[in-house]
Amino acid sequence: MSEYLLEINDLHASVSGKEILKGVSLCIAPGEVHAVMGPNGAGKSTLSAVLAGRPDYEVTAGTVLFRGRDLLALSPEERSWAGLFLSFQYPVEIPGVSITNFMKAAVNARRKARGLPELSAAEFLKLMKEKMALVQMKGEFARRELNVGFSGGEKKRNEIFQMAMIDPLFSILDETDSGLDVDALRIVADGVNALRSPEKAAIVITHYKRLLDYIRPDVVHILKEGRIVRTGGPELVEQIEKEGYEGIGA
Amino acid sequence: MSRSNQTIDRFTSQEYKEGFVTQVAQEFVPKGLSEEIIRLISAKKDEPDWLLQFRLDAFRRWQKMTPPSWGHLHLPPIDFQDIIYYAAPKRPEDRPKEIDPALQETFDKLGIPIREREVLAGVRDKREVAVDAVFDSVSVATTFRKTLSEQGIIFCSFSEAVHEHPDLVRKYLASVVPVGDNFYAALNSDVFSDGSFCYVPKGVKCPMDLSSYFRINASGTGQFERTLIVADEGASLSYMEGCTAPMRDEHQLHAAVVEIVVEKDADVRYSTVQNWYPGDAEGRGGILNLVTKRGICRGSGSHLSWTQVETGSAVTWKYPSTILKGDFSSSEFYSVALTNNFQQADTGTKMIHLGRGTRSRIVSKGISAGRSENSYRGLVQMGPAADGARNYSQCDSLLIGSRCGAHTFPVIKGANPRATVEHEATTSKISEDQLFYLQSRGIAPEEAVALIVNGYAREVLQRLPMEFAVEAQKLLSVSLEGAVG
Repeated sequence: MSEYLLEINDLHASVSGKEILKGVSLCIAPGEVHAVMGPNGAGKSTLSAVLAGRPDYEVTAGTVLFRGRDLLALSPEERSWAGLFLSFQYPVEIPGVSITNFMKAAVNARRKARGLPELSAAEFLKLMKEKMALVQMKGEFARRELNVGFSGGEKKRNEIFQMAMIDPLFSILDETDSGLDVDALRIVADGVNALRSPEKAAIVITHYKRLLDYIRPDVVHILKEGRIVRTGGPELVEQIEKEGYEGIGA
Repeated sequence: MSRSNQTIDRFTSQEYKEGFVTQVAQEFVPKGLSEEIIRLISAKKDEPDWLLQFRLDAFRRWQKMTPPSWGHLHLPPIDFQDIIYYAAPKRPEDRPKEIDPALQETFDKLGIPIREREVLAGVRDKREVAVDAVFDSVSVATTFRKTLSEQGIIFCSFSEAVHEHPDLVRKYLASVVPVGDNFYAALNSDVFSDGSFCYVPKGVKCPMDLSSYFRINASGTGQFERTLIVADEGASLSYMEGCTAPMRDEHQLHAAVVEIVVEKDADVRYSTVQNWYPGDAEGRGGILNLVTKRGICRGSGSHLSWTQVETGSAVTWKYPSTILKGDFSSSEFYSVALTNNFQQADTGTKMIHLGRGTRSRIVSKGISAGRSENSYRGLVQMGPAADGARNYSQCDSLLIGSRCGAHTFPVIKGANPRATVEHEATTSKISEDQLFYLQSRGIAPEEAVALIVNGYAREVLQRLPMEFAVEAQKLLSVSLEGAVG
C-alpha cells in the first residue's frame, strides 16, 4: 500500500467540453494539510468537484488513487463511505429536511456501508450535541431545515459541523473562508483544527491567505490555468500575499 | 444527458408488498348491474324496504348519467356490466360469528389489529385504535365497539348501522353527497356495501382514534363502500382510513362515498393513507379510485380537516370537500399525492364558503415521477353571505425526472366582495445539486430522493396521527422505488 492517502496523477477534466484541469498531479500523506491556492478560474473548484464525483465533470485523462483505490470509479456516496468529504463552497438548501434527519440519514448510511448497526437515538443525540458545540451551534440548529435561510457564515459552520459528525479521513475544504467574517472564520478554523490528526489529511482550497493564518498548511500548491505551477512550504503563502499570482508560474 | 439524470430516469419494477391474494371461500352475486342485482344485494344484507327503494331510485338516475370527462386523465374504458358488485367471504354456518383464520392472517400481515388486545389490570394502551376491517364487500370485524358505546359512541359497519340505528342512517344518508351528485356517487348509491358508520354524541370527545381498513381481494370485483361520520354538537373525533389490494393485470374499480356531518362546535379530523395497488411499471393493472368525499360544517364554530397521502391507484379521481355552512366554521385540506410510473392522479378539494367568517386552508403537494401525470384541481367558492370569509391555498408540484407531468387547475368563484382568497403555487424539480450534496454525505440516490420528498411533504405529514405519519413516510419512499435506480 502506498504511503499516500491521496495520489492525483496527471488529472485532466472538462466541463461542457471545455478542458479546465490540464494535468494536475499531487500526493498527500496522512497527517498533512495541503493548501491549493490560485486566481479565479484556475480550476480550484473543478478539482474539488472532480474528487467528490460531481456529475457533469468529465475526467478525460489521469488517475486518482484514494487509499490505493481507484477513486474515479466510485459514485459520490461510495467516495464518502471510503472516507472522503467535501465542504461545499455553495451548500445546497433542502427544504423540509431538518439537520437532525439529514445527519441521521448520513451517519447511518455510512455505518451501514461499513457493516455497522445504526446509532441508537441516545448515541446519535449525544454525538450531535458534541459536534454542534464544536462549531458553536445552539440547540435549535438541529431542528432547522437544511441550509434554508442560513446566513453565509451559518452555511459554512454547518459544513464543518457535518465534517465533524462524519469524521472523514480526507477532507476537501472548498473556499470555506469565502463570505465569512473574522469571528465565523475563527470558529470554522478552530473546528477544522480540532479534527486534525496523524491519520487524516485535508486539502484547503482558498483564494486568500486569511484562512491559512488559522489553518496552517504543510504544503502549498499554486494552481494556474489548470496546472500546478509551484509547490512549496508555508512561505509560498507570504510570497503570494506580497507579489500576487502574476509573478508565479512557468 | 448527465449521469444523475440517467439515474433518475431509469426504471425498475415497483415493490408493492401488499399485493398478495387471500385464498378464502367467497360468495358472489352474478356479474353486471341491473335491478335484479340490486335487489339481490339488498336481500343478502336483509335491508329494510326504504333502503332498497333508495338504491333503486339511485340506479334509475345513474342509468341516465354519463361519466365525467373533465379530469386530466386517460381513464381506461370501464364495462359496468363486466364487474361483480358484491363479494364476501363465506362464514361457516355452524360458527357464523368467528373470524376465518385466513382473514385474521390477512389483516395480521397488513398490520391491522382486528382483535382487541387483552387489557391487563385495566390499563389500556394510549395509542389504541378502533378498527373496522372491510374485506371486499363486507366488514369482517369492528373492534372496541363496546368500549366506545359506553360513551354513547356508535362505531360499526354500515350494514349494522342500518339495522341498529336506522333513524340516524336515514337522517344523514345522502344528506351531504346527494344520489345524483355525480356518476360514480350515483353508482355507489345503487350497490354500496360496507364502509363504516361513526356517530359521536353531543359533547363527547372520542377517546381513541377510529379507523377503517379497506381490502380488495377477489378478482373481477369492485369495491363500493359507504362511510358516514356524524359528530354531534361539541363532539370530536379523529378518523383514519387505509386501503390495499392484490396485484393484478386487470384494473379494479373502487367507487366509494364518504359523508361527514359536523354539527355546532364539533371537530372532525379525517386522515387517509391511500395505498391501492398502483399498477406495474409498464402501467398494467391497478385500482381505478373514483371517489366522492364530502363533509359539511353544519353548525357554527365547527371544524373539519382532511389530510390525505395518496400514493396508490392507477387512477385517482378524488376531491375531499367541505361545505362551510355554519358561521365561523373552518376546514383544512392537506394533501400529498405521489404518482410514479404510469399512475394518474387528478385530486384536490372544494371549499364552499356559505357562512360568515368561515375559514379554509388548502395545502397541496403533488409529486410526479416516472411517466405519471399529477393534477391538483380545486374550487374555492365564496357565497353571498360569506362576509369576512377567508381562504388560503398553496399548491406545490415537485417533478422527478423529465417525463412526468404536473398540472394545477385552481378555480376561485368569489360572489362576495368582503371575502378574501389567496392562492400561491410553485413548481420545482429535485435538482442535481441537491442529489449530489446528499450523495456526497454518503446517502445513496434513492434514499436521497426519499429524504427530499419527505422534506417537501413534511407540512402535510406532520398533520397525520403519529403512527400513520411514520407509515406514510415509509410509503412515500417505497412508492418512489424505481424512480431512481
